[in-house]
Amino acid sequence: MARFLPEVAFSHSSADDLQLLPLRFERLGADRYFLANMVGDGLLLSSDELNRVISLELAAGDGLYERAFSKLLVSRKGQRSQLQLLALRLRSRMAFLREATALHLFVVTLRCEHSCPYCQVSRRSADRERYDMSEETAMRALDVALSAPPQAIKIEFQGGEPLLNFELIRAIVEEAERRRGSLGKAIQFVITTNLALLTDDVLVFCRDHSIQISTSLDGPADLHNRNRPRPGGNSHALAVAGIHRVREALGKDSLGALMTTTEASLDRVEDIVDEYVRLGLDGVFLRPLSPYGFAIKTKQFAKYDANRWLRFYERGLRYIIDLNKRGIHFPEFYSALLLKRMLTDRPMGYVDLRSPAGIGLGALVYNYDGKVFASDEGRMLAEMGDRTFELGDLATDTYRSLIMSDKLVGLVSGSMTQCAPQCSTCAYEPHCGADPVYHHATQADSLGIKPLSGFCTRQKGIMRLLFELLEGSPEDAAVLRRWAA
Amino acid sequence: MTPLTLWGQALAVEGMGGGESRAVLRFRAAGSGGYHLDEHDAVLIHNADDAEIARAAGVQTAVFVARDIAASHGYVFPRRVSLPANFDYLGDGDIIGLNPRSRNLRVLYRRSSSHNSILVTERCNHYCLMCSQPPRDIDDGWILDEIAECLPLIDPTTRSIGFTGGEPLLEWRRFTRLLSIARTTLPETEIHVLTNGRGFASPEVVAAWAAVGSTKLCAGIPIYSAVDHIHDYVVQARDAFDETVLGILRLKDKDQRVEIRVVLHGITAPRIVETCSWIARNLPFVDHVALMGLENTGFALANQDLLWVDPLDYRSDLTAAVGILSSAGVKVSVYNLPLCLLDREIWPFAVQSISDWKNAYLPICGTCAVRDRCAGFFSTGRMRESRGILPLPPESLPARLSAMER
Repeated sequence: MARFLPEVAFSHSSADDLQLLPLRFERLGADRYFLANMVGDGLLLSSDELNRVISLELAAGDGLYERAFSKLLVSRKGQRSQLQLLALRLRSRMAFLREATALHLFVVTLRCEHSCPYCQVSRRSADRERYDMSEETAMRALDVALSAPPQAIKIEFQGGEPLLNFELIRAIVEEAERRRGSLGKAIQFVITTNLALLTDDVLVFCRDHSIQISTSLDGPADLHNRNRPRPGGNSHALAVAGIHRVREALGKDSLGALMTTTEASLDRVEDIVDEYVRLGLDGVFLRPLSPYGFAIKTKQFAKYDANRWLRFYERGLRYIIDLNKRGIHFPEFYSALLLKRMLTDRPMGYVDLRSPAGIGLGALVYNYDGKVFASDEGRMLAEMGDRTFELGDLATDTYRSLIMSDKLVGLVSGSMTQCAPQCSTCAYEPHCGADPVYHHATQADSLGIKPLSGFCTRQKGIMRLLFELLEGSPEDAAVLRRWAA
Repeated sequence: MTPLTLWGQALAVEGMGGGESRAVLRFRAAGSGGYHLDEHDAVLIHNADDAEIARAAGVQTAVFVARDIAASHGYVFPRRVSLPANFDYLGDGDIIGLNPRSRNLRVLYRRSSSHNSILVTERCNHYCLMCSQPPRDIDDGWILDEIAECLPLIDPTTRSIGFTGGEPLLEWRRFTRLLSIARTTLPETEIHVLTNGRGFASPEVVAAWAAVGSTKLCAGIPIYSAVDHIHDYVVQARDAFDETVLGILRLKDKDQRVEIRVVLHGITAPRIVETCSWIARNLPFVDHVALMGLENTGFALANQDLLWVDPLDYRSDLTAAVGILSSAGVKVSVYNLPLCLLDREIWPFAVQSISDWKNAYLPICGTCAVRDRCAGFFSTGRMRESRGILPLPPESLPARLSAMER
């Protein structure tokens, strides 16, 4: 009859047989650590367990060896599969790099009829001649956008209020559609608008050209109108009416809304979420103010810090999760984005959260005056007199000269989280990204000192919160996993 | 509960030569004559009428499953094989391999079955604790020749054929040539190969496999744990985990279809949530994962104390494991477990997976409302009965499925 070997015959004989794989850890509490592998998933451990893994004091059958091995934290020397799995997963996560510059923003005008004190783009109220993009500039911008490598690109019309220069949007869309066939490109159009100036003509054009709408909604009427003043004080009523009209004309999936958090929002996250649910929107993106434009000038940005915002975010997230538990599928979009990173290895090229940074490599911004910027925030800084992220001018530059410019290469390579101080040792790094514009704006350094960074505080705060929810409550975890699916 | 007889010894073989060469015979029903017979074809003679029709048609090779007919009518055919009565289930289109001298035979293919599984070799570089087909270190290379002869005779409308072992990749050059024959003679047939996958750690083997160029080809590869030493212990081979995982990665790198198979027993079942979480995170691109109840036969009997676990005791873990895989977008099935032992929510994943020739139900199943959809039990080996087996009442039929059946 057969002779079988005992279990012990198949385990390693000493710590010398083992090796650590790349890992990082974060202290979560007095005796609680998150130990992450190279692609950002891992284990919650006590400090004793952490020390045993780090020093390879692991024995087959002790439970810790099995947890550490299956999470790709340790391997036996000479084994190839553990490293191959890590390499494969890393390659999948970074595959967004194969598609350079899929997003192209056209700032068709800087004029706006709103006068929001938090306006981050520094809108103008007059002077069409100076602040509208010319058709000549627009066509040059289109040349650059269509020479970017991806087969599928997105063209987003930004402002100011883009509908103030709708004839130019019409011209760009029609020209782009004339040219896309011979180039074999798919082009998706988006207009970012406050909807106040929406007309039937605009709706018909959007319907005929499958243009999507992105709008702003800060919450219920009193809060929204306080954040977003305009003549007549009717921003909310116009936005809500516009949302209904857009959905009716273009279909439910053709509209998304974004909110911006002001100090007045901080105690009202439930009201904000309820307003989104009431209007039948498919989720909400809880967004902090960014340090640009009037938000700095009017000191709106300084009115709350990252920790106050995190408390607002956590309260909102828990409220939203409870809604989902009652059967409403309603994600918080920023969490959904991070959860896709944390729970899958699907490539995520979200331009504001990747490393190498999305500036230029993920998006280009064509300003009304013909200047080209590496990101939307980059042109916001320029209106404040800081031209650090200006890559060139449509009068002279091509896609290649913009992307290969020393300036862009320097900014991207100098901000990579994979090798940045504080980031390279951060357990959350695989799910995070570089934000050179934010750090330049707040610390005059595109890398930044991360312990002083509001961006870093928010990122770590949210990811830690999500890990705790995933680990701590099966019901919450079930909701969060659905968002990532 | 007794399985169908798939191998045995002929009562008599005459006129087939006495050398070492084996014969592959395809059975044809006597019918009403008018045959186009291949040199491999043998006509089944059940009675005197059959014998008369076949004789008139000039049939050369006859098969008798009834001894008296063989005695009274055998003499009219130059070549004849007489089989014992337990092979009376064989019919038109079925194929056997026969050694004329020893009279040993095995059934290679049954046309009426959707579970045709062809043994490629008894040799193996694993020695799994629960192996249902304990390996033997013998020279059985002749089997590959016999299969090569058999493949062109198989009905090309057959939906699927399995190859099993032993470890088919031990002779990977000859075996992949066999797969190429199957691709030509059975272009529409799903070809499923049970292999431990370690051979695929070699790029040369993967290249030969991919060169078969079949989209119908799938490798079914076992992984018993997310942890190296546990998998290695189950299969009784050091470094097996490392090579098997590498092999799967190389196969998927060449766009080959891969199924991961996890047999559930005392060592694997307690870790099934960990194993499936690991698959979901690291190998979400495999084509299918089968979570399989244990067939209590072969080595599984010798290691019963180690391996037997009542499926009732891993029921909720199995439900969780299925949920983890399916929510990660991985196609998953549960094999070999009766519905009464599974949580209702994973019934849609349960498959009637046990091969027809060794599939059975218990007397208690007679009144069960879902028996027709249930995997039932293995009739091989020694059955261990779960505490949870019970006939389910009619109201347990899920509305959605029962509505569809009506």
